[in-house]
Amino acid sequence: MQKQGSLNVERIREDFPILKRKLAGGKPLVYLDNAATTQKPLAVINAIHDYYMNYNSNIHRAVHQLAEEATLAFEKTREKVAKFINARSTEEIIFTRNATEAINLVAYSWGRANVQKDDRIIISEMEHHSNIVPWQILCNEKGARLEYIGVDDDGYLKMQEYRNYLNSGNAKLVSVTHMSNVLGTVVPVNEIIKMAHEKGIPVLIDGAQSVPHMKVDVQNMDCDFMAFSAHKMLGPTGVGILYVKKDILEKMPPFIGGGDMIKEVHKYETRYNDLPFRFEGGTPNIADVIGFTAALDYLDNIGMDKVREHEIELTRYAIDRIETVKGVTLYGPRKMEDRGGVVSFNIGDIHPHDLATIMNDRGVAIRSGHHCAQVLMERLDVAATSRASFYIYNTKDEVDTFIGALDEARRLFKI
Amino acid sequence: MSDDIYREIILDHYRNPRNKGKLPEADVSIHDSNPLCGDEIDMHLKVDGDKIKDIKFEGRGCAISQASASMLTEMVMGKPLTSIKDLSKDDILENIGLTSLGPARIKCALLSLKVLKMGMVRYYADRDPESAKKLHEDSKGL
Repeated sequence: MQKQGSLNVERIREDFPILKRKLAGGKPLVYLDNAATTQKPLAVINAIHDYYMNYNSNIHRAVHQLAEEATLAFEKTREKVAKFINARSTEEIIFTRNATEAINLVAYSWGRANVQKDDRIIISEMEHHSNIVPWQILCNEKGARLEYIGVDDDGYLKMQEYRNYLNSGNAKLVSVTHMSNVLGTVVPVNEIIKMAHEKGIPVLIDGAQSVPHMKVDVQNMDCDFMAFSAHKMLGPTGVGILYVKKDILEKMPPFIGGGDMIKEVHKYETRYNDLPFRFEGGTPNIADVIGFTAALDYLDNIGMDKVREHEIELTRYAIDRIETVKGVTLYGPRKMEDRGGVVSFNIGDIHPHDLATIMNDRGVAIRSGHHCAQVLMERLDVAATSRASFYIYNTKDEVDTFIGALDEARRLFKI
Repeated sequence: MSDDIYREIILDHYRNPRNKGKLPEADVSIHDSNPLCGDEIDMHLKVDGDKIKDIKFEGRGCAISQASASMLTEMVMGKPLTSIKDLSKDDILENIGLTSLGPARIKCALLSLKVLKMGMVRYYADRDPESAKKLHEDSKGL
């Protein structure tokens, strides 16, 4: 395996035990489903193991040594997260279960307090269900309207439609993805946020597909809310992050009531805890939050610019090769600067689930289906697509295996 | 192995489905989908006495789900409606020649039978609620 571009992929692969395993029939694993979840380096697995072996304890309350060590490690992750996305302070970082819960927190807390009848919430046709359904629920409850920025045939947002929605009055919130999990489109969030702020409208950015793959700076971007998930960036499952600008967070009512989010509880009233703890009711996912530190360190050591560079190189190679395969329809922008490491496609009349089965027999793990983006599937007028998505440990050799499997599928289906 | 799954007969039923389309004079029509895959099947039944006089399906999805539906319509055409309750998972897998499907894809193969059983129960629910209840119990376990 050659050294590829700016990353020493061969060395990186050594850090991921799962990449050494063999699948049924002795096939090596070619893991191309990174937009769903990434694999974990040994450092992350060890950090979780170390916590349970050596300092397992609840956090924030007890005064014994284990609790102090656990609290320290847990809060260290919060500091790393704040630094990773360049938040002003740790008060702006809330841990949730996943990005979905982070968006729901905003919908239930900020949304219920601020959205009224006939207000508009602006999202887009390329959103993941996690950035659609919470707003549908809120709009139904409040009698507000959900507006969709359309997607053009090249996979870009229709900015004129967005402008029209902003100008139409009653717009209360904009909530869009930074990178489409299907098309790979990198959305011009800076421009979107600037336009909304000119009208005094706050913006939530779904960073689930961007924060793991490129340098994201929340101060530079100036978003008001951002949601993302640890498990899509080498971290454990069960840890989501919500970033909220402090001045907005201070005015938000609590989301989940219970332990840890309070200062004092009396029979009929409660004084809530300081930020960010006010939004973290109950014992959190301590072990996995602590494990996430190791993931952030790992990515920091590589450098997010290099991660992005590697993925652009791999995606360009994959698209160049896949375009030569007969019967393939590719989705999403063709300019590499405008897209992330996600390649969605269809081939002839092979249903994506059949293709994924054929790929699986050759050790290649791809995703097939609607990718939790059925609104976009309707827009593209397809029931489903197949999707290959890359990360730091993927190689051009693996892309070649994937293309080979695609040719096999063509042969089986006689396309 | 997928080479065994995507044999000529499966591809034939996928690309040239039998008994596919609408059935305007249907006595019962029923729809279901597989949220995992997004496979969709509609079954339309015309019943004469206790016999399936005509059956048509509509649907979209993977080759396994669509070929399985096509083959199932051929299998039950002209048979007594209540005989559907005795059809098992293994009957379907044998019928389509895919006895070694993995758990992720087995639901694709069985969706059409599930819809057909729902249709049978629905048909009797409107006419004979007591026997519908019994058929519902008997046809569980898919």
